[in-house]
Amino acid sequence: MISQIIFLFILSLGVVLFARQIIRLRKGLALARPSHRHDQPSERWSTMLRVAMGQSKMGTRPLAAFFHLLIYVGFVLINLEVLEILIDGAIGTHRVFAQPMGPFYPILINFFELLGAAVLLACIVFLLRRAFGQIGRFKHADMAGWPRQDAAIILYTEIVLMLALFVMNAAESVRLEEGGFIISRHLQPLFNGWSESTLHLTEKAAWWFHFVGILAFLNYLPKSKHFHIILAFPNTWYSNLAARGRIPAMAAVTTEIKAMLDPSYVPDGSDVPSRFGAKDIQDLHFANLLNAYTCTECGRCTSECPASQTGKKLSPRKIMMATRDRVEQILQDSESQQTLLDGWISREELWACTTCNACVEVCPLNIDPLDIIQQMRQYLVMEESAAPASLNTMMTNVENNGAPWAYPQADRGLWMTESTQR
Amino acid sequence: MSETIAIPTLAEMTSQGNKPEVLFWVGCAGSFDDRAKKITKAFASLLQRAEVSFAVLGAEESCSGDPARRAGNEFLFQMQALANIEVLNGYEVQRIVTTCPHCFNTLKNEYPELGGQFEVFHHTQYLKTLLEEGRLKVQGGAFKGKRIVFHDPCYLGRINGEYEAPRELLATLEAELIEMRRCKKQGLCCGAGGAQMFKEPEAGDKDINHERTEEALTQRPDIIATGCPFCNTMITDGVKHFEKEGEVKVQDISETLAQAIAEADAL
Repeated sequence: MISQIIFLFILSLGVVLFARQIIRLRKGLALARPSHRHDQPSERWSTMLRVAMGQSKMGTRPLAAFFHLLIYVGFVLINLEVLEILIDGAIGTHRVFAQPMGPFYPILINFFELLGAAVLLACIVFLLRRAFGQIGRFKHADMAGWPRQDAAIILYTEIVLMLALFVMNAAESVRLEEGGFIISRHLQPLFNGWSESTLHLTEKAAWWFHFVGILAFLNYLPKSKHFHIILAFPNTWYSNLAARGRIPAMAAVTTEIKAMLDPSYVPDGSDVPSRFGAKDIQDLHFANLLNAYTCTECGRCTSECPASQTGKKLSPRKIMMATRDRVEQILQDSESQQTLLDGWISREELWACTTCNACVEVCPLNIDPLDIIQQMRQYLVMEESAAPASLNTMMTNVENNGAPWAYPQADRGLWMTESTQR
Repeated sequence: MSETIAIPTLAEMTSQGNKPEVLFWVGCAGSFDDRAKKITKAFASLLQRAEVSFAVLGAEESCSGDPARRAGNEFLFQMQALANIEVLNGYEVQRIVTTCPHCFNTLKNEYPELGGQFEVFHHTQYLKTLLEEGRLKVQGGAFKGKRIVFHDPCYLGRINGEYEAPRELLATLEAELIEMRRCKKQGLCCGAGGAQMFKEPEAGDKDINHERTEEALTQRPDIIATGCPFCNTMITDGVKHFEKEGEVKVQDISETLAQAIAEADAL
């Protein structure tokens, strides 16, 4: 009875703390403008199923995709076992599914153990890869300090959680003098000669460790890059479904130009934004911030970015990390005077982008760093007139003579009559 | 060889009561850049050879607004776009072909929202259709066995999903078509997009066009083919940087096709 009360207390504590973090996340996301992405619901659901659930964009890096799939499938299915843990803990039973499932129960547990072993293997491979692999995106400066620690904590935690399951099963099978399950039976020799009470205690301890561990991990997610295991789903639902090369037209600008061209045109003045482009996260839209919280810092974007690959300061992954950090900063201190521009993202980074869309294309979760870069450039040019001098020259030419270079528009047809050496 | 080429403007054609099959949107590079003008002429000569009735806007054409928009100047972009759309709609233009993937993307994806609904083709798409319809015939003789590597322009490939038209055109030349590791979806930018063409690159350890050209050169090509006047400039500069201009030619696909046709004619 006492253990049931403790169990329910810890469970409620874990759930309440997590709910509070979700409320906090929603508060953070609500700082931005709305994204107006509720159109085409069927296309949105199918994008979510395909990209998040179906992992359709992972395959370009087959090795990582394979081990990631092991962890993903393992994680989803082992949650069935967590269901048993929850019922056992709440009503004080032991392996509540064993009785009703009869001979299928050991099969199920063996299956879970195989999945657990696959997860374990994948986590070890990933740890080794991060530690010893020559993979630029993990060695990159973006990952210095906390991000690298975060990645290690996640992998170690998953390893430890899986080991707890194996220890529990092994200790129990030794205690009951049974053959044990497919993986954990290999741990049985560790427990040979232990007293029944010590075995029972070990088994219980492992059970509690796994349970508390899962709740702790759940509460760690919102602070971590690992939040993607949940946010992948809403994030892909909010994907940009418009043509890839289309920057949406600012309605306020269209109105203003139409009023200029046609004096009889009466603008209704309803769509004038407080600021053109984005200086801070409040100027971005909802999906930009959701993107930032969803980013798991895999760095595929940075590894494909032409600017990053040639040693420029720009790294699309860092754009996402900075956006998230800035939202967190405001949530912690709403008076904070720093802004995303200059405080977290430099002008040099923004101007290094070639808008080639490689980062957008490669992201396994449809995150769009280019959208943020583009909005911040709009702020720089439209609010501060702070483009690099050569771009100002280009724009002056477009304005004056309809070409980025200073050639008269009247000469556009000259190529037809002048004889060029071929 | 030097030549002039006579193409009616849309104004001339309209005043005679005629309508072209397609409007050739030449673009700023195609109109003013000496290297890109050769691409313009090569493509125009192919259209003439295929007996396509086409016109240009001439002095009525203006920048699509793409570099201004990518630089962040939404106001200037929309000024350009709305003015261009007015001209195009005034002539009731329906089909447009352009040799520049940036113009192509902007006209195709960004003008509709502002009232410009056109059927827009990149010149490689248009040439592919002409070949399929049998209006244009290409013999590969001169290029047989030549190694050609194609560089995907971002705004044609990754952004508009057209990877096959340029490759199919090159395939008609019976050349050896080779691919870089970073091709198609993973194609590396030449470094010119997003208005980079008009500014110096930020500090780094390498220029993007050198990175890309180096990758192309490792394939030991005879020709690096592109479908964008800006890619062409960037990679031509890259080839000069590596002092390979004697061995490797940088060509727009329309130039390669025009050359194949001219050489077949000369036989």
